[in-house]
Amino acid sequence: MDIHSSDLDRELSVSRADGRPMYLQIMEQIRRRIASGDWPPGTEMPSIRQLAVTLSVSVITVKRAYRDLEQEGVIVTRHGKGSMVALDAEAGAQLFEQDLQRVLDQAVELGRVLGYSPQELATRLLAAADEPEDGA
Amino acid sequence: MTDLAVQLQGVGKTYPFFTLDGIDLDVPTGTIAGLIGANGAGKSTTIRMLVGLVQQDRGSVRVLGHDLPEHQVAAKQDVGFVSEDIKLYKSATLAWHIHFIRSIFGHWDDAYAQSLLGRFDLNLNQKIRGLSHGQRVKAALLLALARRPRLLVLDEPTAGLDPIARLEVLGALTEVLTDENRTVLLSSQNTLDIEQISDQITFIDRGRVLHSADKETLLDGWRSIRLRVPPATLLPDLPGITRDGGTDRVPILKAHPFEPAMIEALQATGATIETVERMTLEEIFVASVMRQRARADR
Repeated sequence: MDIHSSDLDRELSVSRADGRPMYLQIMEQIRRRIASGDWPPGTEMPSIRQLAVTLSVSVITVKRAYRDLEQEGVIVTRHGKGSMVALDAEAGAQLFEQDLQRVLDQAVELGRVLGYSPQELATRLLAAADEPEDGA
Repeated sequence: MTDLAVQLQGVGKTYPFFTLDGIDLDVPTGTIAGLIGANGAGKSTTIRMLVGLVQQDRGSVRVLGHDLPEHQVAAKQDVGFVSEDIKLYKSATLAWHIHFIRSIFGHWDDAYAQSLLGRFDLNLNQKIRGLSHGQRVKAALLLALARRPRLLVLDEPTAGLDPIARLEVLGALTEVLTDENRTVLLSSQNTLDIEQISDQITFIDRGRVLHSADKETLLDGWRSIRLRVPPATLLPDLPGITRDGGTDRVPILKAHPFEPAMIEALQATGATIETVERMTLEEIFVASVMRQRARADR
């Protein structure tokens, strides 16, 4: 399958209302695109300048996002040839794994603030897993 | 060749009631640089020096490798300038202005001008008199952009624009950077616009440069910290940390340059850290100006 990088930039967006820095928003969405399989390993990433123009954000913001994604091993930059999604087949699962770890760390931190023991937290987690999801 | 589109060193200018002093500013080619300052901080004076409208009393001004004011004629060929008080001829049409600009500068990208006309929703045959403020700004920007200058200098380009026009203008400005040999320098009081599109940010206050850094470094360097202090505990003076509101029990601190070790130092006093938050460019600008003014007034 031939994947054109030319319109992948339009699958991303940034929001001013989102409290997080714009480079983190861009990173998070790229991780999501990759984790969901929309951008399979080897996909050519939009060029930094192209993505900056599409999102109307500064070049340095996109550079920062790409640099951090590269350090995480999510994308690979080949000198003079732009970036592509890393060939590591595990990337998708790993990204969700990292997401889970982040959320767990937050839960532990909140538990500490509320004075829960690790056992009490575990009980809460099991209870949450049992409960059907309630949108209301 | 230089990889700096703009280089100011020790630039100063003295007026009867205002002094601009010790202005150092480097703008690398291929970036968008934002200048932020309160009214009367010296933004416009600085910008006017870059386009040859004001001459410095001291220091050196280099634009696209040309020393100003000596070689301003050469520099101006490649510099586009848009400001609120650039007057277009009210009784002439946009088409007349385009013809006029082409005859002066010779260089004109007609395809680009046509595309901007459509995107900016402008009409070639309408007289300037009949245009709204936003349309005039867009017309002036079109006249500057279609010359494809290597350096585009804009004084408050988004002031007074409605949301649609603002989006069109910011979009057109970031698009300039598709070509990495072009550079944009803009001033604004709207920190949101600057935060969104600038690579490099410079704060100016009371005629001096407070801070100049790339945007991500600047945003990374500040934190707002809210903590709970146990009764009868006094927070020690920590370098880089200033109190900015809150109460004695729940003070709010601003940290710059932020180091994770600051959190440990605060916890060591017995305080509980409630939140450590990044700050918006606007908050950083205000904190930076307040800190500097407090130091100067002491």
